[in-house]
Amino acid sequence: MAKYLVLIYDDEQQLAGADPSIIEANHERHVAFNRDNGAAVVGGAQLKGSETATSIRTRPDGTVTVTDGVFAETKEVLGGYYVIDAPDYDAALALAKQVPAVFGGVEVRPIIDPGA
Amino acid sequence: MGTDAAAGASSHPGARRAEAEAAVARAHASEWTFVLAAAARVAGDLDAAEDCVQDAYAQALVHWARDGVPARPGAWLTTVATRRALELHRRAATLARKLPLLVPDPVDELPEAYEFPDERLRLVFTCCHPALALEAQVALTLRFVCGLSTAEVARAFLVKEATMQARLTRAKKKIAETRIPYRVPDAAELPERLAAVLEVVHLVYTSGHTAAAGAGLTRLDLAERGIALARMLRALLPRDPDVAGLLALTLLTEARRAARTDADGRLVLLEDQDRALWNHELIAAGQQLVEQALRTPPAGRYTLMAAIAALHDEAPSWTETDWPQILALYDLLLRRWPSTVVALNRAVAVSFVEGPAEALALVDGLAEDPSLATYPYLAATRADLLRRLGETDAAAAAYEEALLLTANEVEAQFLSARLADLR
Repeated sequence: MAKYLVLIYDDEQQLAGADPSIIEANHERHVAFNRDNGAAVVGGAQLKGSETATSIRTRPDGTVTVTDGVFAETKEVLGGYYVIDAPDYDAALALAKQVPAVFGGVEVRPIIDPGA
Repeated sequence: MGTDAAAGASSHPGARRAEAEAAVARAHASEWTFVLAAAARVAGDLDAAEDCVQDAYAQALVHWARDGVPARPGAWLTTVATRRALELHRRAATLARKLPLLVPDPVDELPEAYEFPDERLRLVFTCCHPALALEAQVALTLRFVCGLSTAEVARAFLVKEATMQARLTRAKKKIAETRIPYRVPDAAELPERLAAVLEVVHLVYTSGHTAAAGAGLTRLDLAERGIALARMLRALLPRDPDVAGLLALTLLTEARRAARTDADGRLVLLEDQDRALWNHELIAAGQQLVEQALRTPPAGRYTLMAAIAALHDEAPSWTETDWPQILALYDLLLRRWPSTVVALNRAVAVSFVEGPAEALALVDGLAEDPSLATYPYLAATRADLLRRLGETDAAAAAYEEALLLTANEVEAQFLSARLADLR
């Protein structure tokens, strides 16, 4: 078994303007994802909006700059994640395909196992 | 030279060695993929598996020259390669060194009289995994399913060997790091995953059929590899209609190869080809496959393309081509595979059913699509339609545009000749 991070990217503007029924349905799909894949879902969280993000960069000379906003500007921003446990990549991708992202998509990344 | 006399004096061992060398060469041509696929199952690593296969072939040269060629050379090679792979795998495990695993279910024990299952589909599906970039899938397939060297794959795609090496390394790393499994997808996933495999095989064939750039119109070797891959898939998945359709398409296209260029290497359009040069054995085989594929509706993309190719191949002459039937097939194809390239080919069929003016209107509509802006066939098709309508100046301008866009020298020569005819 190996762990994978599923990053959920969504278009916040479209989400903000969406009909409440869409948001409700999206929530239901998350509940269903957790219910259907309980054992494989190791963790996960929904994040507050990107307007709450602060990026911190440290230059080689040690200077630290703190700026308002996400690390890289994109239409779809990171809005949540799951950590899943799967025997192989196909199984991980099959799980990730069930993760809802109404106006965006998900990215799947294997997590390094420090004990390996 | 004294060696000739020496060889004559001991002709028996010499003949044996020659026999062994010939048998090894034959086994390399026909069994390499089978042996590699079996070794990869155990080794859990494509590179390690390849080393084991290399080793097995080297041992075969020695053993077969000494003991004679075994009754089943493929089984002999598979046993040797797999045992070596198992040994390496165990040693790596003992050293607790983590081998990149592509195998979730490695074979831990090999019984004495083990009948090796055909693992080639696992190999194909791993190389054509949709999580890999298409160009990486193609490179992996040529490298590990067809057994081409990295240098040969690089040459086939006109890139530097170092570039191809980096592409392959990156792809293998992704397979290992993400744990892409070495297995055949289950029934639910199979259609989607097989579509990816067919796309790779089709791309290999078409890259060989019409080289995008360079002097020769066909890169024969890639076309042959594409057909060999399609034949292999057909043997492994004999009931799949899309596989039958793809093999049919490659055979029906390949059947016209000898007629596609003249003695000076100049491009000859289907319209002007000497149909006596077509390979009628390939056509018959292709037709049979199309018929079989069409018996399982709905017809897939490659089956429809093959059915169109079959109608061309069956026509005794260009003027006797069944254009209404071809147009009907393009209508189906456009629904199944909506693409501007299909729409462009459909417009050509329209020109022979309804007329060049109707077709020109369609082509001009397609020209607004930015993805076709630099597609030389669009300009070439426009030019041909304008020429048929007698619009000489506009046709000349369109040929010039097509000439600017094509990188294939044979096609450029053809366009120049057409342009000269107009003036």
